[in-house]
Amino acid sequence: MNSEEIYRLLEPIIKTYLPEDISAKEINRNSDLTRELNINSAHLVDIVLDIEDVFNIEFKNEDMESLRNVNDAISLIQQKISG
Amino acid sequence: MKKRVVITGLGIVSPNGVGIPAFTKAIKKGVSGIQFFPELRDLNFSCQLGAMPTISEEKKREYLSELQLRNFNSSGILYGIIAGMDAFKDAKLEPAKNDDEPLWDLGIIFGSGTSGVEKFREAIYKIDDKNVRRLGSNSVAQTMTSGVSAYLGGLIGAGNMVTANSSACATGTESLLMGYEHIANGKATYMLCGSTSDQGPYIWGGFDAMKVTTYKYNNTPKKVAGPMSADASGFVPGSGAGAYLLESLENAQNRGATIYAEILGGAINNGGQRGGGSMTAPNSLAIQKCIKHALKDANISASEIEYINGHLTATIKDPDEIENWSIALDRKGNDFPYINSLKGMVGHCLAASGSIEIVSAILQLYEGFIFPNVNCENLHPRITEVISQERISTKLVKTSLHTIAKASFGFGDVNACAIFKKI
Repeated sequence: MNSEEIYRLLEPIIKTYLPEDISAKEINRNSDLTRELNINSAHLVDIVLDIEDVFNIEFKNEDMESLRNVNDAISLIQQKISG
Repeated sequence: MKKRVVITGLGIVSPNGVGIPAFTKAIKKGVSGIQFFPELRDLNFSCQLGAMPTISEEKKREYLSELQLRNFNSSGILYGIIAGMDAFKDAKLEPAKNDDEPLWDLGIIFGSGTSGVEKFREAIYKIDDKNVRRLGSNSVAQTMTSGVSAYLGGLIGAGNMVTANSSACATGTESLLMGYEHIANGKATYMLCGSTSDQGPYIWGGFDAMKVTTYKYNNTPKKVAGPMSADASGFVPGSGAGAYLLESLENAQNRGATIYAEILGGAINNGGQRGGGSMTAPNSLAIQKCIKHALKDANISASEIEYINGHLTATIKDPDEIENWSIALDRKGNDFPYINSLKGMVGHCLAASGSIEIVSAILQLYEGFIFPNVNCENLHPRITEVISQERISTKLVKTSLHTIAKASFGFGDVNACAIFKKI
């Protein structure tokens, strides 16, 4: 799966957790999930669970630490799929 | 000098009506919310009846966002949020704007017995399956005792004390009196108070096992012998939430708010599980003292009480309660106040019973009526020995009321009594 295909599946997951005053149009590959998209940091674990379900992979505690923006998520997913 | 405290907003999520207009109509007509639940039969419950409010998916979305409703599975918290927000809106108050400071003068005390039992069950299955990481972020917020007050605090932007109380079936009356004290002592201007109870087998099962619920009416849910009936054989478990917006009289008058009633005072005590009291049964002396202290706190005489909203559960304890009221007020026969119990219509809503019943009591005081006692044509003989049958109306009575009393009693030998006056 290339990064474009991953992004297409990832975007709707992130959209679910956006606060009401942030539009889905603001999501791009460099968006910082908590600082720029204003996603409640507690929801990062929910995003990870949704990613696991959609891509059929499993994240480790260390993976969570390197998850800051959309690109981080894409590269983590790519590693897991190919691994 | 203590501040005077009034009620300026009401909210209700009851098995026989959600929202004040529907609920008012239902209690006037004696509409029962008690139903047969095949799920309880399939789970081998002795009592296969229950009472729960009906909340549509659209209704949920009037209060919570899609994101908040994602994996949301806590009926008690949902009921509490709806009742609480309705009371807040009924008082015509506005939440703090997102970029404003919180409302420093508004606090919340919203009680529960057990909170989020359905959500807790989900979590337990995942944990036992070695999948704790799959709980997600909302397991804590949906199972904590302070869940309702925490959700309401965020929706409103409350900046004063935001907490939850818990005293079994006295929870709702206790929350009212705690909020009253907070305002009376000048610590807040507004207190949103109330209580909630989850619905369903995981909350009701323990009571079924104790045989305090009735097994005799599974095929005739509309005929369950009500409180004070000679045929009463246990309660039907219920669920829901009631809420009230308390406010200082001064503030309510200044902003021209609708005033439903003044809280004149009240009392909370405990029977110490002595003198006939236990974990599950009340010490009668403590109940009498609680009622007397409430009158003293309200600075009124027993003769002024025109109506009592009883705890009266449809168990063997009903005649004792009547006797305790009669002794505490030193009134009997035809001189006894009107008395009724909402539990004939909505079952025993457990931690929510006090708040749902207080809302019913305030509506009667405000509008001037007494709702009918349901299914108690055949009164318990120990009750008619003490008070006259006319004081326990089975029909709607229209009469102007001025001063009324409400009491709730609960496991742990807890008692709470509040006195209200129309102004």
